[in-house]
Amino acid sequence: MDTSNRKKYWHKNLQYLAILLFIWFLVSYGFGILWVDELNTIRLGGFKLGFWFAQQGAIYVFVILIFVYVRLMNRLDKKYKVND
Amino acid sequence: MDIQTWTFLIVGLSFALYIGIAIWSRAASTKEFYVAGGGVSPLANGLATAADWMSAASFLGMAGIIAFSGYDGSVYLMGWTGGYVLLALLLAPYLRKFGKFTVPDFIGDRYYSNVARTVAVIAALFVSFTYVAGQMRGVGVVFSRFLDVDVNTGVYIGMGVVFFYAFLGGMKGITYTQVAQYCVLIFAFMVPAIFISIMATGNPIPQLGFGATGEDGVYVLDKLDGLMTELGFTAYTDGTKSTIDMFFITAALMLGTAGLPHVIIRFFTVPKVSDARKSAGYALFFIAILYTTAPAIAVFARTNLMETVQNTRYGTIPSWFKKWEDTGLIAWTDKNSDGKIQYLPGAALEGKKPEFIEFRGDSGERMISNYSKTNKNELYVDRDITVLANPEIAGLPNWVIALVAAGGLAAALSTAAGLLLVISTSISHDLIKKQIAPKISDREELWIARGSAFLAVIVAGYFGIYPPGFVASVVALAFGLAASSFFPAIVMGIFSKRMNREGAIAGMIAGLTITCYYIARFKLGWIGKPETGGTKYWWWGISPEGFGTVGMLINFMVALLVSRFFDAPPKEVQHIVEDIRIPSGAGKATEH
Repeated sequence: MDTSNRKKYWHKNLQYLAILLFIWFLVSYGFGILWVDELNTIRLGGFKLGFWFAQQGAIYVFVILIFVYVRLMNRLDKKYKVND
Repeated sequence: MDIQTWTFLIVGLSFALYIGIAIWSRAASTKEFYVAGGGVSPLANGLATAADWMSAASFLGMAGIIAFSGYDGSVYLMGWTGGYVLLALLLAPYLRKFGKFTVPDFIGDRYYSNVARTVAVIAALFVSFTYVAGQMRGVGVVFSRFLDVDVNTGVYIGMGVVFFYAFLGGMKGITYTQVAQYCVLIFAFMVPAIFISIMATGNPIPQLGFGATGEDGVYVLDKLDGLMTELGFTAYTDGTKSTIDMFFITAALMLGTAGLPHVIIRFFTVPKVSDARKSAGYALFFIAILYTTAPAIAVFARTNLMETVQNTRYGTIPSWFKKWEDTGLIAWTDKNSDGKIQYLPGAALEGKKPEFIEFRGDSGERMISNYSKTNKNELYVDRDITVLANPEIAGLPNWVIALVAAGGLAAALSTAAGLLLVISTSISHDLIKKQIAPKISDREELWIARGSAFLAVIVAGYFGIYPPGFVASVVALAFGLAASSFFPAIVMGIFSKRMNREGAIAGMIAGLTITCYYIARFKLGWIGKPETGGTKYWWWGISPEGFGTVGMLINFMVALLVSRFFDAPPKEVQHIVEDIRIPSGAGKATEH
């Protein structure tokens, strides 16, 4: 694999990381901690929304984030023919 | 059959299963001993990682911590799951591609330095020993509560079982027993939770149940908030911790999770880089099943407790209350002599545990000498009771109670085994093979690894029987140290080609030192005057549990600064970095 392709592959990987980690930060530190009081004024059935994110929602999103990353990277690996 | 018989039966069967698996999966080479031959499927590795990760504290303690801290308990829920996102995205695939056996291996090779390797070995040993002491103690406690044996006898039995499969099978034996242990522990955790959720709300899924309405048509959480505020507690869904402290504790737990050697090492066992990513996903999925159920159990248990005991005459209290009072997990002092229980804010005791005296009070309660005279709260409840007493409070059959015992043991044993493997690998591979005697053969190294496993079990057992004072602070310590040492060193090793030996070593030492200092000062009280060790002297209001995050930031800053003053790493190291960023050609984990 030549250098420019290597760079492109790595750059794309970093881009995915930035987006996914932004969501990771948003649902836990953002919704669950920093803006929890604001979100708690909204209700999701019996849950206050901020509380729900801190004790349930953030965890669901974490699981989804990893599987999304797995899919994105498997596709990227194939495209650059670096899959193992 | 009574509880005792059921417990012996189910625990005995589960132990026989673990030992059977150990005999079937003996290790024949160091590669099998250290990384299970590198041939574990991502699904099996996900299950094993989940069991490795969830300790006696997760299984028995987690729901209780949340039940008694409400929203504040979220730091553990998010902190101990969010770290897996960091693992999957920033560490696991690259370390798998690197393809060696241990974390100090990576640090030593990437930073072309035996000093860096040694710092990493010391940190790995320290983190693993502090952590494993608590696990062996946990094994002893479960034995003593469910099987009426002495705590120390329980520790000996636990040592024997762990030793058997860690010694024979190494990582290979541990992996497949952990798969079985996950199944035992999750079944044991979910069965009572589902029953209780149905009883409280009619919804069989606990995750949904605690957002539903009870029989009276009121949302479960609203009712609990109401019960609590009425008595002067903070509402369950509101916290008492400051936002900055919530933030830093969550971050320290996440970063620590991603930096714990016994978790990282699990990703060396899968065949491919893509498998490492996938198995991190599976691991978190299996962990999330327990971690999203725990807050539901917490709410049901807390509501149940508040409703059952408040202003209830001691004479008419349900039998589980007296049973747990007999074991010392519940204590009641009739401060206002009305014969009724008042459960109010404030600590009911002076000190941590109730000190019982020989006498019974007017209502027949066990009397204690160290009740607090400064508030009106009459009731002490040990948090561990939340999971332990659940099946009884819900009136579940005896075999379910026995199952909880087997689940608690599975959780403690699986975590202890994973940690013992890190300890024995650090000694036989990172210290002896890599530094002291590089010429030993694979067979010799395998026997040294087994010998180190033996030593590690003895030391862990000793800590289990004579727990050192700092065991209570284990969580803060182990996570703080992992966050402030390994996490930054590994991340910079992958994402920065410029990071050199000098920067990494300086960063690790700075991060470790400041974190140790802070914990010694504010958690253990070993340094500084006790009168300045209180909450209001915390730096920026950050508790010792959250200080690992600051240690991590300092590690990054010092490393980046120091690295500027020294040469870039040699060409072959830069090639390593180039190479681990590309998944192809991973091969199985090898030594060279």
